[in-house]
Amino acid sequence: MSSKKWWSVIGAGLLVVSLAACGDDDDAAAGGDRGGGEELSGTITIDGSSTVAPLSEAAAELFMEEHPGVQITVATSGTGGGFERFCNGETDISDASRAIEEDEVAACESGGVEWEEITVANDALSVLVHPDNPINCLTIEQLNAIWGPDSTIANWREIPGLEGQFDEQLVLYGPGTDSGTFGYFTEAVNGEEGAQRTDYENIGENDNQGIQGVQGTPGGMFYVGFSFYLENQDSVKALQIDGGDGCVPPAADTVLDGSYTPLGRQLYIYPSAEALQRPEVQAFVRFYVENAATIAEERGFIGLTAEQTADAQQKIDSLLG
Amino acid sequence: MVTEKPPRTARLATAGARVVVASRFGSRPARDRVSSALFLALLLLGMAVALAALAALLSWSVIEGAARFDGNLFTEGPSTLRPETAGFRPAILGSLYVVGGVIVLVVPLGVGAAIYLEEYANPGRWWNRLIELNIQNLAGVPSIVFGILGLGFIVRGPLSLGQVAAAGSVTLAIMLLPTVIIAAREAIRAVPQAIREGALALGATKWQTISRQVLPASISGILTGVILAVARAIGEAAPLLLLGAVTFVRFDPQFFEGGFTTLPVQIFDYARRAQTEFHELAAAGVLVMILLVLVMNSFAIWLRNRYEQKW
Amino acid sequence: MTVTRLAATSPGPDRTRSRLVAASPRYGERLIVGLLGLCGLVAVAATVAIVLALALPAVDFFREVSPVEFLTGRTWSAGFTDAEYGVLPLVVATLQVVCWSLLVGIPVGLLSAIYLSEYAPERLRRLVKPLLEMLAGIPTVAIGLFGFLFLIPLAKDLLPFAPWTGTYSIGVAGVAVGLLTVPIIASVSDDAIRAVPRSLREGAYALGANKLRVSTRVVFPAAISGIVASIVLAASRAVGETMVVLLIAGANPKLTFNPFDSALPMTAYIGSTATGEIAAGTVQYNTIFAVGSLLFVMTLAMNLLAIRLVRRFRQVY
Repeated sequence: MSSKKWWSVIGAGLLVVSLAACGDDDDAAAGGDRGGGEELSGTITIDGSSTVAPLSEAAAELFMEEHPGVQITVATSGTGGGFERFCNGETDISDASRAIEEDEVAACESGGVEWEEITVANDALSVLVHPDNPINCLTIEQLNAIWGPDSTIANWREIPGLEGQFDEQLVLYGPGTDSGTFGYFTEAVNGEEGAQRTDYENIGENDNQGIQGVQGTPGGMFYVGFSFYLENQDSVKALQIDGGDGCVPPAADTVLDGSYTPLGRQLYIYPSAEALQRPEVQAFVRFYVENAATIAEERGFIGLTAEQTADAQQKIDSLLG
Repeated sequence: MVTEKPPRTARLATAGARVVVASRFGSRPARDRVSSALFLALLLLGMAVALAALAALLSWSVIEGAARFDGNLFTEGPSTLRPETAGFRPAILGSLYVVGGVIVLVVPLGVGAAIYLEEYANPGRWWNRLIELNIQNLAGVPSIVFGILGLGFIVRGPLSLGQVAAAGSVTLAIMLLPTVIIAAREAIRAVPQAIREGALALGATKWQTISRQVLPASISGILTGVILAVARAIGEAAPLLLLGAVTFVRFDPQFFEGGFTTLPVQIFDYARRAQTEFHELAAAGVLVMILLVLVMNSFAIWLRNRYEQKW
Repeated sequence: MTVTRLAATSPGPDRTRSRLVAASPRYGERLIVGLLGLCGLVAVAATVAIVLALALPAVDFFREVSPVEFLTGRTWSAGFTDAEYGVLPLVVATLQVVCWSLLVGIPVGLLSAIYLSEYAPERLRRLVKPLLEMLAGIPTVAIGLFGFLFLIPLAKDLLPFAPWTGTYSIGVAGVAVGLLTVPIIASVSDDAIRAVPRSLREGAYALGANKLRVSTRVVFPAAISGIVASIVLAASRAVGETMVVLLIAGANPKLTFNPFDSALPMTAYIGSTATGEIAAGTVQYNTIFAVGSLLFVMTLAMNLLAIRLVRRFRQVY
């Protein structure tokens, strides 16, 4: 086989690949001209909570439609993992489903990272079970009995107060130790963050895996952010939670008026002061806050109260002038 | 004196031959026939199971994925808001970049090592045997350990490329090096000694012999090995997970900067989502990948058959 | 005689030199040899790098956690308060995967190999062998997805009364990995069987044996070391498989011998813990490397064994 023919084959292949690559760059550049008057460009790195990630992904997607020159990546290392990277200076914005903690504040200080805390949504930490599960409501004490660090309950009928109502093997799904949801749940239910029984299906930051688990397990239980429940309402069931004043289902209104306790919480983003000096980050954070309500609704999150919105706006205005 | 009956020895011989022939081809004891037939049935069953599994896999991916197999797969990026029109575009581009980088790295290194081992190395020396042993070991290391290597040495550590497509290329190139070296060695070994000796006799240097006679003669075997390695590179996800192949990448990736993702990693992400639209999307992606891999493997086999030199 | 005398006296290279030596030292040639040798050293460098990447953090890990607790502990709860680092649940899960994959792979692979090498007509063999190799080329994500979306529901339909615990199952994961090992066992066993010389078979036929006896009593034992090598290689592959188990096996690090349970093999633990970035230096981070070292050592041992067996069957004949 003549070498000329080989070279032409290789050359043709290279040509095709480079055309494909070049073609996309042209599209991106052309798109940049099309978008809003300002041509923003740059990269924004977001990491952190898997609960907040769908919200940030939606914001990123909508933002990138208007400003195709900005490249935003959203990763899910968990609230804890996200803060570690953030305080190391590796990310621009940290997603969090719980407030930043003291040791993380100290780490950021020693890493020279200044931050701002902005609430972008509210959340109802939901406890999900299989749709055929007859139980409708659990108290915080019962949840503690199930999830506590010394718990050995292996069947639904062993749960105090539910004897004999439901005879099915208890299969627990839950997030990993880096998850803000994990931190928030363990603190609210077991009284101490990080204290929980360890023999459960640890789905890490893959909340969808927990949903899949509960969908297929008659005796399954999973705790996760509200948006995941809304997305899968027809295949999982949310338990009502009794925080001392009766059974309350997770919903937008019960969170906003405070009756869904103690599992109602806020979701945050933490942009770093250094990142906020870049125009594309400023534009994105402003976009995020101003459109938080619409994005939350589209994505199945619980929006902010009027007070929270005003607070966030004020913060943005004072930061960005 | 010839009697009417054949001599005794001849009679015995023919009787023995008749028995052997009858036992081999004629009516055998029923027990033997049944067990033979059963055994053959068992063998065919085993093979049928293997082929049935392959058929099930292929037809399942066609059935599940065909619904979403449209142009959007290639032009749209991932979307959490609109899964019905989401696609794999950044992932496909990421795969192309990573695989391109792999080819650029693995061909010179692999072919070079193969030439060294086959043509120059003295197998008696301990360092050459060490190299061979290392290649054989590397071939069997699980892919995720290469991910650990990438995490420790390429993303961080000495090379510190960061979580970019180039890091993925380097990691996969190291993983596939043994495949290419082994294939190239076979191809080079198949070139008869006479070719080399003829060139040397005509006054060529060793390198001239290799570059102008041996390599062109073995090019089809080498190319087959490279194509098989590339087909594997397209399908590998585990090492790239550890390199932070960020799963939400909506923009077209670059080689040395920014986040990246590849087709199998994106499929993996979609597969773990709970909504069925994403499962269909994942199946469509699987269909794309299987088609790609099939085409490459068939091309490699065709190449091998067509250009195999019969010496 | 005339010819040789002519050859002896004909003009040619200077006979006083003991071998052919080039007129110039050919530095270019030496440079090329050096470069090519460097290519070969990349393999050695890669191995060294892997060992270093695994060993250094693993050593850090073993300073905090005693190797005895690691290797014999029965609870794995990394990252929690009061964390425990007993690796046995992960190892047992990996062994379950290997066991179920071999249960599928050995019969199917071996029977296919015997059929293809002993019974199949040449045309059928040329058609089927590439098909089996195609099974080996399918990306593992595809097999994982197939297992999760097709095999698990199928298994639950076939065995509804089995003690399933939820959506995931380590046994089904093992069966899916078995699909990957079938081509390995089939192909290497096929090579081993074909390496058995014809004379052995013909001798057996001449003595009156039928095909069944020849295959099972003569050829199979003769090829046994190659067949065992194929099984060891398949086991090594099963130990190292990541994507399939990540999608099917589940995530519960509990010590269980029940295939209908979900469990967490070593590769799945590494794959799900090390995604993204974790703070380097913490004990939890170092568990990745400790488990990775164990994985590396296990597969290394299996591969060395397989290489030795293959060398034996190639040499005998």
